[in-house]
Amino acid sequence: MSEVSDAELQDLEPIYRRPVSLTETPMRYCPACTHGTAHRLVAEVLDELGVRERTVAVASVGCSVYAYEYFNCDCVQAAHGRAPAVATGIRRVRPEAVVFTYQGDGDLASIGLAEVVHAAARAENITVIFINNAVFGMTQGQMAPTSLPGQVTTTTPRGRSREQGGNPLRVCELLAQVQGVAYLARHALTAPKRVRAARAAIRQAFDAQLEGAGFALVELLSICPTFWRMNPVQAFEHIENAMIPFYPLGEYVNWRDSGSEA
Amino acid sequence: MSASPQPVLSKGNEACAEGAIAAGCRYFFGYPITPQNQIPEYMSLHLPEVGGVYVQAESEVAAINMVLGAAAAGALAMTTSSSPGISLMQEGLSYILGCELPCVIVNMVRGGPGLGNILPAQSDYWLSTRGLGHGDGQGLVFAPYSVQELHDWTADAFEIAARYRLPVTILGDAALAQVAEPCVFRPRGEPLSLDREWAVGGGLQGRQRRIVNSLWIHADAMEAVNLRLAERLARARREMVTWQETGSDEPEILVCAYGIMARVAETAIQVAAEAGVRARLLRPISLLPFPYAPLKEWAGRVQRILVIELSLGQMIQDVRLAVEGACPVELLGRAGGQLLFPEDVAAKLVSLAQQGAAGRREAAG
Repeated sequence: MSEVSDAELQDLEPIYRRPVSLTETPMRYCPACTHGTAHRLVAEVLDELGVRERTVAVASVGCSVYAYEYFNCDCVQAAHGRAPAVATGIRRVRPEAVVFTYQGDGDLASIGLAEVVHAAARAENITVIFINNAVFGMTQGQMAPTSLPGQVTTTTPRGRSREQGGNPLRVCELLAQVQGVAYLARHALTAPKRVRAARAAIRQAFDAQLEGAGFALVELLSICPTFWRMNPVQAFEHIENAMIPFYPLGEYVNWRDSGSEA
Repeated sequence: MSASPQPVLSKGNEACAEGAIAAGCRYFFGYPITPQNQIPEYMSLHLPEVGGVYVQAESEVAAINMVLGAAAAGALAMTTSSSPGISLMQEGLSYILGCELPCVIVNMVRGGPGLGNILPAQSDYWLSTRGLGHGDGQGLVFAPYSVQELHDWTADAFEIAARYRLPVTILGDAALAQVAEPCVFRPRGEPLSLDREWAVGGGLQGRQRRIVNSLWIHADAMEAVNLRLAERLARARREMVTWQETGSDEPEILVCAYGIMARVAETAIQVAAEAGVRARLLRPISLLPFPYAPLKEWAGRVQRILVIELSLGQMIQDVRLAVEGACPVELLGRAGGQLLFPEDVAAKLVSLAQQGAAGRREAAG
């Protein structure tokens, strides 16, 4: 490989750089974790929309507890599961702000299920980024409400069964029934094509808020190689082979199709 | 209802709600629970008239977290509830303390533990003054004893919360919530400012981004928050200790009671005076900070202190802390929503005075 001089570098047009909506703080996520991908997609959309300066991110409890160190905007750190309630308070006081929560599956679908369902039913004009990796990562590998049937975790050592752990919750399917939801979609952070589709969905989920259409949520199937006890390649394959069949990808609600839902 | 220099007949709950609106509160988040339902009802009707926001939350858990979000965005927001609901709010209140945010909460205490009942009680003294929730930090607590005081203290609570950047609890009870009394409403003021040094969501406009957070993974950072909270409380101890005294100037018995029981004690002391009993009421209005110093001072000058509470003895611990053994401290308490009437208290005062006189005769003989 030939050396590139500084002068030559200056002539190059940068086509990929850190979004302004991300800080320079190094992320603490495990190697290969797709939280970083999800953060970047959200930040790219905030940059694209030019709303960073009036955005408030609400971090939750779980692996993404430090999201407030990574999103380069005003941030509030919420109690476990309570991010949609906190976001409601912010939204009602600051109608001009762009408000989003960033929550994992334990936070949103277990301890915080009431808060997210009722925020949706109130047509609260917020955007929710929901990371579903089917496991409690921060507490090191326990069963999540979205863990698959048969999935081995530290609290379902013989595999999740009806007797031990009950059945998984499908959040998009649940929320699709709630009037007040403007936008609802599930995507997977695996192949680049899927990541691009996820980015487009996140853009729509913020568009819904900017248009005042109501509650928007994007579920992102994400890998947790550390607590799935897989290498990254196996983990991406696990999403394609096991998670997507159980959690079908696609758009569940789009206010642009259905007129004014809220 | 609009402001009038003339008193209007108002329920405690309504006077409380109007006090908040008069103070400029424009954000209320609540959940129904008896005996405080007229507060959210009043707010849902009247807040929109002044451009305010009323949200019925899905639970007390959500309501207090909406208050947290509103406070993070710069608002002095309010929620009201009664004992079981306040239990549910402890988590959120701990986070509000940890985030160093101000807010106002009202607890119209009812009988407990458990679902209990909807009758007057003072059994949340510990919950209010030893909390809030987990962790090292406390908010301020004030206990009005009339509908007028409930109106005024609720209104003043917003400025106090902002000054100390702490949650302020107005501690009432089912009787104060439901009783109707003449009350002069304050005129409705302008909405409280959202311009706070921590407020998020108002747009960066050249300033640094702001983070409202209660996660401090390193001990030095966490302790710094604890010390700031303690310093605010110490400041409140210097500036906000509030109490009232009535009755005999040369008492043999000092009565200590707050809230609705102080009202009862006032009458009882008058009744007992007719039987020759010299009693004085010391009524703590600020329960946190507690009036330790005046109690200590009286302890050296009276034969005994009688603490009257609608509980089996919660505030009495603070009275004993104040007195430091300088005189006997006795409890007259009822629980479970039972009431103490002036004749009960007067009879106790007469009996204590007779005991005291007998004791003096014994000592002299």
